[in-house]
Amino acid sequence: MSSPSPIPALDVVDLRKTYPNGVEALKGISLSVQAGDFYALLGPNGAGKSTLIGVVSSLVNATSGDVRVFGIPIRTQRSDAMRMIGLVPQEFNFNLFEQPFQICVNQAGFYGVARHIAAERAEKYLKQLGLWDKAFQIARTLSGGMKRRLLIARAMMNEPRLLILDEPTAGVDIEIRRSMWKFIESINAAGTTVILTTHYLEEAEQLCRNITIIDKGRILENTAMKTLLGKLDVETFVLDLGEACVELPVVAGVQLRRVDERTIEVEMSRSHDLNSLFAALSARGITVTSMRNKANRLEELFVRLVEGNAGPAGGREAA
Amino acid sequence: MNASANLIALGTITRREVVRILRIWSQTLLPPAITMTLYFVIFGRLIGSRVGQIATDQNGVGISYIEYIAPGLVMMSVVQNAYGNITSSFFGAKFQRFVEEMLVSPMPSWTILAGYVSGAVLRGLMVGVIVLLISMFFTKIHLYHPIVTLTTFVLAAVIFALLGFVNAIYAKKFDDIAIIPTFILTPLTYLGGVFYNVAQLPSPWRELSHLNPILYMVNAFRYGLLGVSDVDLTWAYVIMFAFVFGLGALCLNLLHRGVGLRS
Repeated sequence: MSSPSPIPALDVVDLRKTYPNGVEALKGISLSVQAGDFYALLGPNGAGKSTLIGVVSSLVNATSGDVRVFGIPIRTQRSDAMRMIGLVPQEFNFNLFEQPFQICVNQAGFYGVARHIAAERAEKYLKQLGLWDKAFQIARTLSGGMKRRLLIARAMMNEPRLLILDEPTAGVDIEIRRSMWKFIESINAAGTTVILTTHYLEEAEQLCRNITIIDKGRILENTAMKTLLGKLDVETFVLDLGEACVELPVVAGVQLRRVDERTIEVEMSRSHDLNSLFAALSARGITVTSMRNKANRLEELFVRLVEGNAGPAGGREAA
Repeated sequence: MNASANLIALGTITRREVVRILRIWSQTLLPPAITMTLYFVIFGRLIGSRVGQIATDQNGVGISYIEYIAPGLVMMSVVQNAYGNITSSFFGAKFQRFVEEMLVSPMPSWTILAGYVSGAVLRGLMVGVIVLLISMFFTKIHLYHPIVTLTTFVLAAVIFALLGFVNAIYAKKFDDIAIIPTFILTPLTYLGGVFYNVAQLPSPWRELSHLNPILYMVNAFRYGLLGVSDVDLTWAYVIMFAFVFGLGALCLNLLHRGVGLRS
């Protein structure tokens, strides 16, 4: 792994975007992604994530603000900045009548990569992503998961220093999703900075070191993943019971709620020990057969932050 | 991007366009061949044989109607196909959103434009050659002035490729790329002296015909093949170059601003 560069991979300062229909998608976003980072960009639908990615990848014209990729301003040196970026978009945006191999080789060509080098790279990345046996089939015939992997292979053709993945695993089954994570982790380990947006929050929690949560065009949180998860002071567990439970015990500092006859939900502070809970349940003759977190930790925080931000302002959905 | 990277990018777009033209040859190359064969049979042979000679060349030798319309028919195919290629290809890229492959790349706007125009000119060349070969079955084809023939052919194809690019940039649905060819391009082509000598038109139609840019392209091309023209050749070149530079600047400006492409 190469040593991280002191220049941020992405530096966004007071970025604003108002669409012609009046929707304010970005209301002064500022963030910095360090070189070599694995960075999560999260937010509910319409938060402005895709607009932010669109501005960085020059598909959306910003209304104001400054974006620099490895110190290069995209407004005045677009071509130099774009050479550094690989983009995996949310929507399939390749020619459905071309073959994956052609799509990858052409993409490299747009970056000025000689054809013989492009062909070698196409073979390398299509093989790494398990698509080589489909390389010469028409792209239209690929499954959804294969199309998603093709988007990643295509984004790697210019061997970018900054890889931006906008919902790369949407609609992909868990096995393929895991293989995609493995590939992206290996790319990051080799020195490529990765920015990930996803609705699978356990994905972001497992992979990313730093995180920004945006909603309604504004940043709600921008911190290290560990710091954010450390803020979660309450956890909710779901307990499956051996027998039907009629009356719940009262345990100090713990809130218990019946979901059905054999399931209860327990909300408690993270500092509270579980022993007193189990002792109280045992005293009542209640047997716990299994226990799990209701949601993963990041999901709980995400929901709280976004719900806390919900209000009458900014009700219109951004692109 | 440096010059060699730009050349690779330009070659990539052009190659992709040529592959597309050849892949769907039954939509790109076959229809003009059939249409032009019908024009030669109906207008050239059946009607043309009753029209007789329509003009005389520089040596005073009479030119038959079929000989007279052959250059116009070739030029008509070239401009229609150059226009049709770029509108369908670039709008298709917008519609399927794979135009974004190019927009996120470091390619400058002129490379994207030059790549698509090259593809359109090459389709015009392929169709032009096919129509010329077909015309040889019906009449004798001369080559009076090869340089005029070639430059007129390229300039006309570039002009209509650029016009098609503007159409594709503004188009939001497939209907939008059919309207201009149907209601503007085809009437201007038919009124551009393909089938008749505009000098024979009564006033004011004769004078109005000179406002039609296609008239200059058809006649310059006819001069290249037959040595006869209804318009002054210098004027024809001035007008064609003016269109190339004017439309080229417009297309680059639209691409640079991201009109119809970047939100």
